[in-house]
Amino acid sequence: MTARDTDWDGVRLHVVTGKGGTGKTTVAAALALALAHGGRKVLLIEAEGRQGIARLFDRPPLPYEERKIAIGPGGNGDASMPGGDLYALAIDPEGALLDYLQMFYNMRSAGHVLTKLGMVDFATTIAPGLSDVLVTGKATEAARRRTRPGGPYLYDAVVMDAPPTGRIGRFLNVSAEVSGLAKVGPIRNHADTVANVIKSPQTAVHFVSTLEEMPVQETLDGVAELGRIAGIHLGGIVINMARPAAATREEMKAPPDLNALATALGKAGLHSTEALAESLAAELAEHSRHMELQDRERAELESAGQPVYELPLIVGDIDVATLYRLASELRAQGAA
Amino acid sequence: MTDMKNPLLDLDRMIDDRRTRIIVCCGSGGVGKTTTSAAIGLRAAERGRQVCVLTVDPARRLAQAMGLTALDNTPRLVDGVSVAAGGSLHAMMLDMKRTFDEIVEAHADPARAAQILANPFYQSLSSSFAGTQEYMAMEKLGQLRRSDEWDLIVVDTPPSRSALDFLDAPERLGRFLDGRLIRLLTTPARATRPFTKVLNAGFSVMTGALNKILGAQVLRDAQTFVTAFDTMFGGFRERADATYRLLQAPGTSFLVVATPEPDALREASYFVERLGEERMPLAGLILNRVHRSPLVPLSAPRALAAAETLETIPNDPLVPAANIAAAALRLHAERTNLGDREQRVADAFTSAHPAVPVAEVPALPVDVHDLAGLRDIGSLLADDALADRPAGMEPADERESRRGRG
Repeated sequence: MTARDTDWDGVRLHVVTGKGGTGKTTVAAALALALAHGGRKVLLIEAEGRQGIARLFDRPPLPYEERKIAIGPGGNGDASMPGGDLYALAIDPEGALLDYLQMFYNMRSAGHVLTKLGMVDFATTIAPGLSDVLVTGKATEAARRRTRPGGPYLYDAVVMDAPPTGRIGRFLNVSAEVSGLAKVGPIRNHADTVANVIKSPQTAVHFVSTLEEMPVQETLDGVAELGRIAGIHLGGIVINMARPAAATREEMKAPPDLNALATALGKAGLHSTEALAESLAAELAEHSRHMELQDRERAELESAGQPVYELPLIVGDIDVATLYRLASELRAQGAA
Repeated sequence: MTDMKNPLLDLDRMIDDRRTRIIVCCGSGGVGKTTTSAAIGLRAAERGRQVCVLTVDPARRLAQAMGLTALDNTPRLVDGVSVAAGGSLHAMMLDMKRTFDEIVEAHADPARAAQILANPFYQSLSSSFAGTQEYMAMEKLGQLRRSDEWDLIVVDTPPSRSALDFLDAPERLGRFLDGRLIRLLTTPARATRPFTKVLNAGFSVMTGALNKILGAQVLRDAQTFVTAFDTMFGGFRERADATYRLLQAPGTSFLVVATPEPDALREASYFVERLGEERMPLAGLILNRVHRSPLVPLSAPRALAAAETLETIPNDPLVPAANIAAAALRLHAERTNLGDREQRVADAFTSAHPAVPVAEVPALPVDVHDLAGLRDIGSLLADDALADRPAGMEPADERESRRGRG
């Protein structure tokens, strides 16, 4: 444990959502890695079986089982700052159902019969609210699991790569979804228990967005939607794939003097400096427009009033080393 | 793209061919499917087709661009479309619950329909099952096609978890409705003297378990729903099969939409393979948001080396632009790397699917908000030599010369 405060001290379940294509899974993985420091144990959950986490960590597809997939970043050679442990779990509704039956009724074998009979199809087809409650139920169970009764929590934090922004309200509003179907009974009780965890200060919902119009709009809509569900705690907004500014806003304000630019390029040993200067000036101008657009979208996101973090665009494949880099960015910005 | 071996997608030939009656745009979420569908619809309308664009969940401003304000399940005429060639453009947003309700009403007598519509399981199924949207989009497509009011329907598939969901949803729903669970659930309710027959072991285990998990009330609701729905199963199946055949019919073309990102192209690959297996006609791949490498022949490493050189010049008054030149060179290197990386990702796709025609749309500085923007996208898709290109995009002749290289 470090003495340093982060923005989300006290949060045990981090739900990460975002529009498709914004890098939600990458950010969830980086956040989980960032939280897994100082000997802490963190579980990263994939809620919609796409095996994106396995790909990010360069592993074979994850089974329905909590497996250690990485060691969190430690302090540089500082023995008092050890790394942590990162576990991962890919949840599918079928596994979650069997788990639920085992955990609460000790009837895993009945679960297999149900699977054969199409119970899982039943749950996912006719009553998706039921399958959502099983998935969120697994995540909340992991977040509250203790090493022994009355002992410390097994995981210091759980990070869930949740469904995209368009579905997140329904996904998290489990008791409302189930109440239409089950007014009383065990599944209703289970949904209420899950809802209590999701709507406690121990859970925060983070949004991932890029600095583009549509994802920003969807993020603001999602923030507003979740804000209307009583008890849900909004987390931070993580701007992903931000392109860094090539020069200061001041430098980019006016187009550069082409002759001076050509002279500089000549000094650097380049040829055809005039044509090159013209081309580079055009690239700078386009970049400057892009930066203005980013600034505008960033301001929109900041208007939501939640803490905002920013991760740079990674050119090239996202590998484990990149995840560590993104994790340390998140740490430096106070997200973990 | 310099190494592109694949044929170019000839969009105009496709939309001008009167035999093309349906274009399905599919691909993973966030790749610009809706914008692409709208742009194709607009272009086809302005080239003389009677077009209806069926969208599922358009971004607000795009919907406004097409004059769509409500999710009302009715095709609306889009204003501002050139009718010089005799075409027209309608657009509609899918209301999946209403579409589902209409099917129920069409297949059940009024009393039974009312009973189904009021059942909590039906309400859950019709408003939140992830596959319902896919299924209803295909159902609506079938309806629009049968109405024969339009000679071209462009459909934008729902933003599903997987690009393939809309192909599988009808089948999955059909399989589920024919499933053993349903048969078992309906048995006691249909039997004249319930529970006097010998119940099989599976059933008793199941009802016991379901009662435990769900509670008796839920099970009763489920049984009521399934029983009420039972009379419609046949009709449901037939509709799903008819839609499936429609997708295989000669007048249907699929366009797979992607961005030059590994995830999006991985989905695109699955899709291309799947369409092949299902004997569904793939017209081509549309690659959106392509960042082309800058045209100046200066490689990223050389640009970076030059930037480093300039950064060692400490405020030389003779080289006043050293800082900005270094910044511009670094920017150039970054853009070149990005372009090269996208090229590699795209190459991985095209070399695996060398016969798939490809069209590229460069990354645009802003999102599309109006018909003019959609028209520009249409031009880019069809590879027009467009004179009045908006600021920030490279002129067409450069794109041509790029195509010629390599």
